[in-house]
Amino acid sequence: MPKGRVVIDEELCKSCGLCVAACPTKVLSISDKVNSKGYRPATQAKEGCIACKMCATTCPDVAITVYRIDE
Amino acid sequence: MKEVLIAERPKSMYKVSTHYCPGCTHGIAHRLIAEVVDELGIQDRAVGVAPVGCSVLIYNYIDLDWYEAAHGRAPAVATACKRARPDLTVFTYQGDGDLASIGMAEIVHAANRGERISVIFINNAIYGMTGGQMAPTTLLSQRTSTTPYGRDPKASGYPIRVAEMLSTLAAPGYIARVSVVKPKYIIKAKEAIKKAFLTQIEDKGFSLVEILSTCPTNWGVSPVAATNWVEEQMIPVFPLKEFKVPE
Ligand SMILES: Cc1ncc(C[n+]2csc(CCOP(=O)(O)OP(=O)(O)O)c2C)c(N)n1
Ligand code: SF4
Ligand code: SF4
Repeated sequence: MPKGRVVIDEELCKSCGLCVAACPTKVLSISDKVNSKGYRPATQAKEGCIACKMCATTCPDVAITVYRIDE
Repeated sequence: MKEVLIAERPKSMYKVSTHYCPGCTHGIAHRLIAEVVDELGIQDRAVGVAPVGCSVLIYNYIDLDWYEAAHGRAPAVATACKRARPDLTVFTYQGDGDLASIGMAEIVHAANRGERISVIFINNAIYGMTGGQMAPTTLLSQRTSTTPYGRDPKASGYPIRVAEMLSTLAAPGYIARVSVVKPKYIIKAKEAIKKAFLTQIEDKGFSLVEILSTCPTNWGVSPVAATNWVEEQMIPVFPLKEFKVPE
């Protein structure tokens, strides 16, 4: 399995949860932080990202950047 | 160990926060257009026509030249632009209130004339911007602010299938219906947008992509529930397929 890492722009995220629902490995969750608009941004809270890009594909706010980690 | 960037913001999208409600899939449709513009390398010769509706501010999000048309009149504005400058790639972006209510005459005749324009048609089964009134695409029994007991066909007719209806015309080159509610649909939606733009670039006629989209706010459900509602309720009424492809 490829390995990956995602970076979620906390100011652009509106906490819709579509990425959390789309992630096949369930490594994303909504954080307890609050951004300047009052939304709680999604975050990668666990290891185990497989660099599939499903989260970025479904993000309506283009807040997600995905990296593949090559050993 | 090396990190390779595999998903990032398209070049032709401004890095700004949109005014859309959380989970509204207008934003996904915007991103797909920007990705196609980047991949076709047409940022300097693509022109968009914005509608009246929630996506009226699309010109603040995708870095192209834009017009803002009067409600429903985007196909007429796009016709003028394309006829004056056939070298440009001209497209409209319109909601179902804009295209299928007030603008129905414009779209039918632009399609029937075979204008070399592309139309991105967002069907979210409701008027979003004005507070959730019934659209021509509203499903039977769907509750909206103007059909509080559900759409009754005796009083307000049936949901109009725009892609099917325009496919009966001889002139259009490419007509498809897609959705942007889950990754498997989003990947196909991008291919359809690309085909529509290529139909125009290769001078094969009018093209239209109908996109089933969500309006969690006026449907009164969560963003994730809204994506399920499209799958369970809308797709059976509005099947996803290519209705016309250029020969
Ligand atoms: C001539 C005119 N009539 C009516 C309106 C009010 N109006 C603004 S947006 C809209 C409908 C928007 O619905 P839709 O096209 O489905 O777009 P959405 O907001 O759902 O994306 C209406 C009727 C207007 N702005 N101008
Ligand atoms: S790239 Fe795939 S596995 Fe990684 S966080 Fe996004 S959806 Fe989950
Ligand atoms: S009202 Fe509906 S269509 Fe408009 S931005 Fe909000 S969710 Fe999207």
